[in-house]
Amino acid sequence: MVKVTIWGSLRSATDGQADVEIDASNFRELLDRLVIKYPGLKPQIQRGVSLALDGKIYREAWFAKIEPDSEVVLMPYMAGG
Amino acid sequence: MPLDSKMNRVFKVVGTRPPRPDGVDKVTGRAMYGADATAPGMLVGRILRSPHAHAKILSIDTSAAEALKGVKAVVTSADFGVPDNLSIRDVQDNCMARGKALYHGHAVAAVAASSAAIASQALKLIKVTYEVLPHVTDVDEAMRIGAPVVQSGRVLENVAAGLSENVTSQCEFGHGDLEAGFAKADKIIERSFTTAATHQGYIEPHACLASMSSDGRGDLWCCTQGQFFVRSLCAEIMGMDASQLRVTASEIGGGFGGKTTVFIEPVALALSRKSGRPVKIVMTRDEVFKATGPTVSSSTDVKIGMTKDGRITAAEATLRYQGGAFPCETVSMGAQSAFACYDLDAVKTLGWNVLTNRPKEAAYRAPGAPMAIYAVESVVDELCQELGLDPLDVRLKNAASKGTKSSYGPTFDDIGLRATLEAAKAHPHYTAPLGPNQGRGLSCGFWFNFGGNTCVSLNINTDGTVGITEGNPDIGGSRAAISQMAAEELGIPYEKIRTIIADTNSLGYNDVTDGSRVTFAVGLATIEAARNAIKVMCGRVAKIWGIDENAVIWEDGCAKPAGGNAGSFDPMSIEEIAAISANTGGPIAGHHEVNADGAGVSFGVHIADVEVDPETGATKILRYTVFQDAGKAVHPDYVEGQMQGGAVQGIGWALNEEYIYGKDGLLQNAGFLDYRVPVASDLPDIDTVILEIPNPGHPYGVRGVGETPIVPPLATLSNAVARAIGVRIFNLPMSPPKLLKAIGQKG
Repeated sequence: MVKVTIWGSLRSATDGQADVEIDASNFRELLDRLVIKYPGLKPQIQRGVSLALDGKIYREAWFAKIEPDSEVVLMPYMAGG
Repeated sequence: MPLDSKMNRVFKVVGTRPPRPDGVDKVTGRAMYGADATAPGMLVGRILRSPHAHAKILSIDTSAAEALKGVKAVVTSADFGVPDNLSIRDVQDNCMARGKALYHGHAVAAVAASSAAIASQALKLIKVTYEVLPHVTDVDEAMRIGAPVVQSGRVLENVAAGLSENVTSQCEFGHGDLEAGFAKADKIIERSFTTAATHQGYIEPHACLASMSSDGRGDLWCCTQGQFFVRSLCAEIMGMDASQLRVTASEIGGGFGGKTTVFIEPVALALSRKSGRPVKIVMTRDEVFKATGPTVSSSTDVKIGMTKDGRITAAEATLRYQGGAFPCETVSMGAQSAFACYDLDAVKTLGWNVLTNRPKEAAYRAPGAPMAIYAVESVVDELCQELGLDPLDVRLKNAASKGTKSSYGPTFDDIGLRATLEAAKAHPHYTAPLGPNQGRGLSCGFWFNFGGNTCVSLNINTDGTVGITEGNPDIGGSRAAISQMAAEELGIPYEKIRTIIADTNSLGYNDVTDGSRVTFAVGLATIEAARNAIKVMCGRVAKIWGIDENAVIWEDGCAKPAGGNAGSFDPMSIEEIAAISANTGGPIAGHHEVNADGAGVSFGVHIADVEVDPETGATKILRYTVFQDAGKAVHPDYVEGQMQGGAVQGIGWALNEEYIYGKDGLLQNAGFLDYRVPVASDLPDIDTVILEIPNPGHPYGVRGVGETPIVPPLATLSNAVARAIGVRIFNLPMSPPKLLKAIGQKG
């Protein structure tokens, strides 16, 4: 299980929890299982999210490996100028 | 790719300042920009734009225009489909209004004709019947219940109830107990700020040439920051397969984020498809201001608590961003950036994106961050003044560093903020004496930086020189930096390498040149491509020498035996290996394709001295210094150029630049005479100090540098002006009339 930090405006979809536990070993599994456990997250995940894994930001990398003790933070999909 | 373990390496090419490869072409006029493309039989495209801020389009009669001799095609929204994908539909509807004109200057029809004069005449013959609707251009007004609704049905599920339908998305970030944090504070300051929408102000207007053939294939030449994204958008809008549309990026006369989408390209393609002729559209400056994407304007509340000794105990911000007539997500980046410079136990940001009757916002260097950090850094400065504390010491006391849980969630790895602040404190600028009516300000800045999809091909020519093909338009010197990294890796002179930007048929998908990503991500891919080519060359030499491939190493542009046990052979140079490539297995190349991660966040600190004329309210910048962590400066000239350029754009944002709308909702200053960007005579020499704290996510330690420098100038100048005149201004720009009024009210 990994602990995933959810940003504030999504917490209405996680029963108000800032951190949720998900059994996932990569980014894709994490997103799939978040949607199964918390269907309210689906619209945002479909629009796009980034993932900060131990401080590193990933935008689309499905197979970015998540270790059980990784710091995992869900973030909005990032764009720049 | 992680940082190379051999980081004590002495770079031979990286870190030097070779001549820019595009310099001669640009100063002699040989460089091909967007408007320079031509084709046999080419028509001139022109666009008719809405004279109203908000109006229902009841009918469009194009018959008289179509009957005009020399007119070959007229298009309206009826010539496009209705994409299922909402974001694509928004892009298309911004290029050509469908049902409603949503802002002053919104395109409603377009013509292609045999001359510019005929095209202009034809526009006058198009009869559009409008029903004018109430409009709203101010973000706070647009949020109020009862405000004119710009678009219905666009509110996302995450928006709290009880707000105007113009509020399309909401976000919230932070951690800790705010109430407990504010209870610990000796001083709490709460302020509200606004910033104006500003334009990227690139010198080259948008321009493109589209050519659709009768068999459905198309070619598009345009000035863009991302030809692959242009292809994706246009292919979807035009109902084409991506393979049938080739997009070639021209040289680019500035982008700064504003050329990361399309405005005229689908229109030119539609005109070309309808007329059967190539069609060129070049925007006027008036059109660039009215109908391309400025940045958001903002309205922000900030509350910060601080102890007497300068420790921030709690911080909170509420951000309201308007991004024009279509939904955007820019506020989420502002809300994440606002307090990123600080190590805070209790922090919260709440943000809303709001629709108004203004052009659809486009990215602008660190989108969303400058206005958020302006508000935060202004309140931090005011707290320092109130508590009698040194503003640099306070920032050092609260600075985020390795191990800090950032205000947006993740824990920082190696970052350079503290080193940057220490460099600023040690710099003579910080303690230089000031005169009457003068003030010194400073601010920190932050940007995320990105990596992204990247594809590089590196070919060893038969004479041992190297051609690199990459897919990102060069807006900040990337061709030089990429050649340098290849030269470093291959051990050959910089002059032996030529890097070009490929069209969309020549490489796999490359993300847009944005997010300060290119030197980082394309550089990373180039290093890996060079290493792959070296592996091929070592393999060829191993065959010639009859030894194991692993017994051959690469040093200084030559293959050599790995050691005494490998045998005694004279080194073979890249020229020698390339010359016999046909005999040893054929052409030699290296490739790398990656979705790069590990870009590494970036921090900067700016210091400015200003003098405000009490008679006119004009602000003169006396001295300006930029401190920034570049990870590793590959070509320091370009890094300094980015730092200076970002500072200048931020200076314009702080002092003069703003979109001005009348009560009628019409843009009043669509030109450089009335929209005042800084010119050379407005500016001092901008001094730069590059810090190099290696990014652990890049083999050479490179971080992106292009966006962060636009972040600090807004608060830097606001804080300097506040100290110069003794009054704080809460609304940007700080134009002379505004300062004069504030000075007058102070008495």
